[in-house]
Amino acid sequence: MTQHSVSIRDLSLNFGNVKVLEHLNLDIAQGEFIVLLGPSGCGKSTLLNCIAGLLDVSDGQIFIGGRNVTWEEPKDRGIGMVFQSYALYPQMTVERNLSFGLRVAGMKKDEIDKRVARAAEILQIGPLLQRKPVELSGGQRQRVAIGRALVRDVDVFLFDEPLSNLDAKLRSDLRVEIKRLHQRLKNTMIYVTHDQIEALTLADRIAVMKNGVIQQLSDPHTIYNKPVNLYVAGFIGSPQMNMLNGTLDGTTFTTDEGIAISAANYEFTTPVSGPTKAILGVRPEHIVLGEDARSMPFTLDVEIEIVEPMGSDTLAWTKIGGHPVTFRCNSDVDIKSGQKALIGFDAGRGSIFSVETTNRL
Amino acid sequence: MTSEALSPATTGASGAVEPRGAKPKKLTIGRVGVYAFLVIAALFFLMPLWVMIVTSLKGLPEIRLGQLFNLPAQVTFEPWLKAWDTACTGRDCNGLKPGFMNSLKITLLSVPVSIVVAMINGYALSFWKYKGSDLLFGILIFGAFVPYQVVIYPLIIGLSKVGLFATLPGIVIVHTIFGMPILTLLFRNFFASLPPELFKAARVDGAGFWQIFFQIMLPMSVPIAIVAVILQTTGIWNDFLFGTVFAGRENMPMTVQLNNIVTTTTGVREYNVNMAATILTAAVPLAVYFISGKWFVRGIAAGAVKG
Repeated sequence: MTQHSVSIRDLSLNFGNVKVLEHLNLDIAQGEFIVLLGPSGCGKSTLLNCIAGLLDVSDGQIFIGGRNVTWEEPKDRGIGMVFQSYALYPQMTVERNLSFGLRVAGMKKDEIDKRVARAAEILQIGPLLQRKPVELSGGQRQRVAIGRALVRDVDVFLFDEPLSNLDAKLRSDLRVEIKRLHQRLKNTMIYVTHDQIEALTLADRIAVMKNGVIQQLSDPHTIYNKPVNLYVAGFIGSPQMNMLNGTLDGTTFTTDEGIAISAANYEFTTPVSGPTKAILGVRPEHIVLGEDARSMPFTLDVEIEIVEPMGSDTLAWTKIGGHPVTFRCNSDVDIKSGQKALIGFDAGRGSIFSVETTNRL
Repeated sequence: MTSEALSPATTGASGAVEPRGAKPKKLTIGRVGVYAFLVIAALFFLMPLWVMIVTSLKGLPEIRLGQLFNLPAQVTFEPWLKAWDTACTGRDCNGLKPGFMNSLKITLLSVPVSIVVAMINGYALSFWKYKGSDLLFGILIFGAFVPYQVVIYPLIIGLSKVGLFATLPGIVIVHTIFGMPILTLLFRNFFASLPPELFKAARVDGAGFWQIFFQIMLPMSVPIAIVAVILQTTGIWNDFLFGTVFAGRENMPMTVQLNNIVTTTTGVREYNVNMAATILTAAVPLAVYFISGKWFVRGIAAGAVKG
């Protein structure tokens, strides 16, 4: 019925009276890298555990490779899983950790050796094979954990926050390696994280989740530039999108303080009739400073309050009509707190949300 | 700042030594008091052991002098031999020897059986949760607070109905049952402290109930198992009540025979033999503690902080 690698149909999960997942639908194409992104408690890990078969669902179906696996044991689903805490078997060497699943399945010795050797080669953990997990660093442990999924030779990889226990440098190293692994193996990968950078860099498509419901499922570019609602807009992006409260009438947005901003370039998804309470969201990097601002549809003279040099660029804090606003500028630009400056932006590149529904207009 | 200012032990403006490097340790009066108290307390609690040892090495005439703490004028091992070999318990005069063998049999059987049962219990209750498993665990823990005497009579009836009353399997079953609440608690809490992802990973790898238990959980639970072995060995060896009631005449453990030796009075009361017999009986748990004390602490700590 489908060429989808993983299909989730109308999935619900309750713990007693608490609804963790509600009527969730998700189709994942063969070879796609999907990231489930959300704050803790949004149900993303729960969803992954349901796909893995580690949690029984209350309602709905799960298909993997076109096969209904809703009632299958984890081992029969054709999945491999990598956990945040690595979950390596502490009493076994790396080699035995890798081969445990295959030995349990009763596979022939030479086939096991072949697969372990291949995984060790791909992940460059050959020299570590005879060591115990305690003798490995965090990054090495996570490679072994990935290797354990690799030897199973499965179609679908599940990652449950695999990089969250690592320090910042290792995290970015392993992030690139996971991406490289995906390009080489072309498996379907479902990756759970609360780190938006991981999501934006790794994903083919991101599913932003909140309270057990997928808010938006789209490619990283769309998620970042055209968030469907206030929640997604606020969750993605660091520093956060600037939000201005006001009223939208036709293509003119007027802030509560009476500053009129033209939204003539904005592509409305839903037609707006009459004055509507709305929120205008502008990314910090879409606000420009000084001479560049003059060409923008909207300009304003402001006073810079705080300057945060970040190295690669500089963040500046100011106010538009009493609203605190951040913007990002080139680190070479010389600005100081207390200085007057001209800023400008094009509301057409921003996002406008209805106050009533919090959805994108 | 000049290099002179950085030289060690520079005197400050007040003339005192400028603090630098490791802080010097001082013996204060308070410290001395604490140590003195600890030494006295230790001596106080060692006093009975001292009396027992010296008394057991004295002959009866010397004991009658009443000098409780004195070293024996003439060391004799006669009381030890008598306690082990020929002291009378009621009509039999075989000493503690048969009791020792019985205690050994009971302990060697009951310790592994009770620990294996509790280990599987704890493993199932922490990883294979089912509807009502928490309730079952609660009931089991409640069992730890039931006074033994309450259940003895029903147990006697039950065991005699199945023909196990006053037999070796009977006493092993009794020890297993009564060890279960506390041991299950011990193991369940240990397994609950392991990362649940370990269990999930094993399930994704396709391992079942017993494979996960034997290949992953069992090798990890060695420290806590040692704690359980120590608890059970001392508990079962020192047990008197169940031994008296359930073991039967054939399997009387050492503690029961010790009691019989001490309470049997034919003529003069042989304090030296009684003392020797008591030390002999207490020797096994004492040895277990001395040999495994370090492991015991380590195991308890492993159960508490491993995460």
